[in-house]
Amino acid sequence: MALDSKIPQGPLEKKWQSRKFELKLVNPANKRKYKVIVVGSGLAGASASATLSELGYNVSCFCFQDSPRRAHSIAAQGGINAAKNYQNDGDSVQRLFYDTIKGGDFRAREANVYRLAEISTAIIDQCVAQGVPFAREYGGTLANRSFGGAQVSRTFYARGQTGQQLLLGAYQALERQISLGKVKMHSRHEMLELVVVDGHAKGIVTRNLVTGKIESHAADAVVLATGGYSNAFYLSTNAVGCNVTAIWRAHRKGAFFANPCYTQIHPTCIPVSGDYQSKLTLMSESLRNDGRIWVPKQKGDKRAPGDIPEAERDYYLERKYPSYGNLAPRDIASRSAKEVCDEGRGVGEHGRGVYLDFADAIKRLGENTIRERYGNLIDMYERITGENPYKVPMRIYPALHYTMGGLWVDYHLMSNLPGLFVLGEANFSDHGANRLGASALMQGLADGYFILPYTIGDYFATHKKPKVSTDHAEFKKTEAEATAKIQKLLSVKGKRTPASFHRELGHLLWEYCGMARTEAGLKTALAKIPVLREEFWKNVNVMGEGEDFNQSLERAGRVADFMEFAELMCLDALERKESCGGHFRSEYQTAEGEAKRDDANFCYAAAWEFKGVGAKPELHKEPLTFESIHLAERNYK
Amino acid sequence: MPKPFITSSIGRKYVMAVTGLILFGFVIVHMLGNLQIFLGQEALNAYAEHLEDFGALLWIARGILLTALVAHMISALSLAIENKNARPIPYAVQDTVQASFASRTMVMTGLIIFAFVIFHLAHLTFGKIHPEVYSLMDAKGRHDLYSVVILGFQDYRVAGTYVLAMFFLCLHLSHGISSLFQSLGLNNVKTQPVFKTAAKLIALLIFIGNCSIPMASLFGVLKPAGGF
Amino acid sequence: MKLKLRVWRQKNSTDRGRLAEYNVDNISEHMSFLEMLDVVNESLAGQGIEPIAFDSDCREGICGMCSLVINGIPHGPERGTATCQLHMRKFKDGETITIEPWRAKAFPPVKDLTVDRSAFDRIIQAGGFVSVNTGSAPDANATLIGKNIAETVMDAAACIGCGACVAACKNASAMLFVAAKVSHLALLPQGEVEKKARVENMVARMDAEKFGNCTNQSECQAVCPKEISVEFIARMNREYFKASLSPKSEIKGED
Repeated sequence: MALDSKIPQGPLEKKWQSRKFELKLVNPANKRKYKVIVVGSGLAGASASATLSELGYNVSCFCFQDSPRRAHSIAAQGGINAAKNYQNDGDSVQRLFYDTIKGGDFRAREANVYRLAEISTAIIDQCVAQGVPFAREYGGTLANRSFGGAQVSRTFYARGQTGQQLLLGAYQALERQISLGKVKMHSRHEMLELVVVDGHAKGIVTRNLVTGKIESHAADAVVLATGGYSNAFYLSTNAVGCNVTAIWRAHRKGAFFANPCYTQIHPTCIPVSGDYQSKLTLMSESLRNDGRIWVPKQKGDKRAPGDIPEAERDYYLERKYPSYGNLAPRDIASRSAKEVCDEGRGVGEHGRGVYLDFADAIKRLGENTIRERYGNLIDMYERITGENPYKVPMRIYPALHYTMGGLWVDYHLMSNLPGLFVLGEANFSDHGANRLGASALMQGLADGYFILPYTIGDYFATHKKPKVSTDHAEFKKTEAEATAKIQKLLSVKGKRTPASFHRELGHLLWEYCGMARTEAGLKTALAKIPVLREEFWKNVNVMGEGEDFNQSLERAGRVADFMEFAELMCLDALERKESCGGHFRSEYQTAEGEAKRDDANFCYAAAWEFKGVGAKPELHKEPLTFESIHLAERNYK
Repeated sequence: MPKPFITSSIGRKYVMAVTGLILFGFVIVHMLGNLQIFLGQEALNAYAEHLEDFGALLWIARGILLTALVAHMISALSLAIENKNARPIPYAVQDTVQASFASRTMVMTGLIIFAFVIFHLAHLTFGKIHPEVYSLMDAKGRHDLYSVVILGFQDYRVAGTYVLAMFFLCLHLSHGISSLFQSLGLNNVKTQPVFKTAAKLIALLIFIGNCSIPMASLFGVLKPAGGF
Repeated sequence: MKLKLRVWRQKNSTDRGRLAEYNVDNISEHMSFLEMLDVVNESLAGQGIEPIAFDSDCREGICGMCSLVINGIPHGPERGTATCQLHMRKFKDGETITIEPWRAKAFPPVKDLTVDRSAFDRIIQAGGFVSVNTGSAPDANATLIGKNIAETVMDAAACIGCGACVAACKNASAMLFVAAKVSHLALLPQGEVEKKARVENMVARMDAEKFGNCTNQSECQAVCPKEISVEFIARMNREYFKASLSPKSEIKGED
């Protein structure tokens, strides 16, 4: 099957304009005859639901939390990029486009990324009109900051809660449509299966998480905006409920999964303190502006940090990357931390951490200045660890943070299954192999507010398929599948909890498919995962009943899907014999330890087709062609 | 569809605040009037007689006060019933972070004060507590309120009741006076501590002022006129 | 650490519920409160007891999904902190900890420690938004907003919708939640247009949901993980009073 990315012809800067004109429209009076299912209520899902409803479509929105406002977009701290050039510092759509595609290590589609940069400005306008309280200057204009190493100030922010404020804006727009009766909201509902009729996505099967009831929902199109899969690694900065289930089940029904090996690791998280740990907490990277990162030179040096003399400390980032030092890019900083810990020089109880030391900065600038700059972060650190960073150095360690891979979509954000659209982190489209800071929020809202509402109409106008109701045999069949899977989980009655399997899978992935991957390691993982999965289905212990509020059953279903997904991620990582962005294969690096791309052989998006559990999926390659930019190598020495 | 202002939750808080303010004003005026007892028999009895001269105005004032009292109580009780129903199952462990004792007992202290008002009217308006001294006249032929008050308070049970009631009034006002500004929407971060401290101070002053009369009577600082 | 937990167990919304006691051991002081419950749940599963149901998601204090009344205080003893960021080092070895759900008529129980907070969503539906369709926005800098206003707005907008204010209020009042949204939008030029209809409709919805009334005790502010000030309640009262003085024709919102 050939992948048609539907990229418009013509010059880059005209592509979206001309495509918008080419797209077929649905008559306003006819829009109410179409029903759209949106799964997920984060930035992408909520903005899409609200906007489609404003246009006149009937929308059903689903989320597994108790309210759409809980979606994990809410936790994004830093900000949202937009090429407004309010600061007159030389920003432009072209520059945001270039930074994003370069940041993605040239593994994203040019046309998509350009469109994202183009739309970015309208997002800010829309959010301000909704009442999002972005930071302001004294004169009343919007404030910007530079973020993630960008050379221009294009990031809009609302304290450290930008994601929260943007999500609440979209949530409020959604609630307005609910009050108008145009959106039907289904909270505490989890999508279990996609229903495909004659090759088109026509609905979903859900589980009501309060009553346990399995329900079918039919529609004319299905939109998945269900976020990323970082939680495959068990510990990540994602919310504990984040999961791969919706996109994985859609994948099993025929949707291609693209670039699953592209995962992003954030270098400054609070380290794991014990086996019980349920999630990792991110701290802003800005801490690296004034903190110095070091470990003891001696292996297994258990002295308190204050007792280790200067000469016996290794400021390894400053040593290895003299010009960038502690500000080396995320992936380099992360990998270096892993290396020193692997050498046995890690700090903290479990040896999985490095010091981020403010002692020099405090000496130079005074404690008050440090408090002004990082007070809230330092307070948060103290709340979680009980240690005072003004006295002892912070301990940090990298953690999974974002996943660039996702379901394959064309320029219209439609997957290879017609009628199935995928938005936000759940798709693979805009960030290539690595996402720039403050771009995730931008993409979620661009997809939901300004892309899908155009492209979905074209699908309706050009595919005049007969309506399908939930009485259709395919719904009955899919419902039965979902029910059977739940029964199976409940009937194993083994000895281990779903969480313990999840933890083991996470350790495995972190070890072999984490920051630095090797062929041997990935092969080990690919050998171990099926064994673990087999044990899961023989020995998992799910308490309680199916027709009840049952959190261990929810967890078990999600872990079951992670078990299958993990194999695909490792396979993709194994097959991509190059290093690019968040995917670092130790075999492929430059003499300086930099990621070494192989543009001749791997300049493509890998879209995998499901062939059965345990069976090797089929790889479809979408070649990436670059018309307007030159592929360059990163260098941060 | 929004309810009429007066029946909404916030509307009834406005009623509480406005009527509370009226009743608070009365408490102040009433206290200042009564404190004239320290100026002697002539001053107090003349003041009492002078009040009667207002005639219709006095009845209007009494009408307003009564209405305020009734409205204050109806709002309070209707809100209290709703509040009770808003949490049908209580917590097994009850604790608070900072809510004052006074704020948590407003309904109770309010009801106690109401009971006291009835007692107070029976005592000094209708003369039901010590009827034998209530008909005293002074030298100018006026009702000798001065002596009636002092003689009444020489009964330690009466004086004790008054002091106790004033304690509850003080408690009620210590929350009520600052709370009314919040309910009326006249509060902000800057004024909040000012209102809170001022409320406590005023409540204390009212307690001292009002208690000074029974205490002074009981301990013989004030003595009735004539040969009693 | 060793702890004695008294946990509210309730099978479903119709069950009466009761406090169950569990003695737990090997609790690290570095655990968050919810991680402690995770560990307890793992061990309960081992003993064939159904795990305790409780809500949580982001576990970094921003999604507002976690709840729990801990020894009578919503979100527990640490100020400005949601349960998910509360750590066990705030408790003493051997302590008895009583854990209950949010209790309010407007938050009906779901199971064990989880409750249904959809009343909050319905209050937002009544008017907690700016009626602006996608695409009709002017340039973001077309309307200037003073830095001080923006800061105050952000203080109100920081609300995470957890419902601790309701849980802490002796009257189970939702005033702080409603006031935060009313104030956030009324203070901004974008929200000012609809402010009268908004406050009237949101307060009406709040009343209809059977939340209690404010008695100005400020317990809500004391337990709020975002430490939102009761100043906003005063602002809402003021907005509500002003709206009540306007002719109905000026108020009419979307219906």
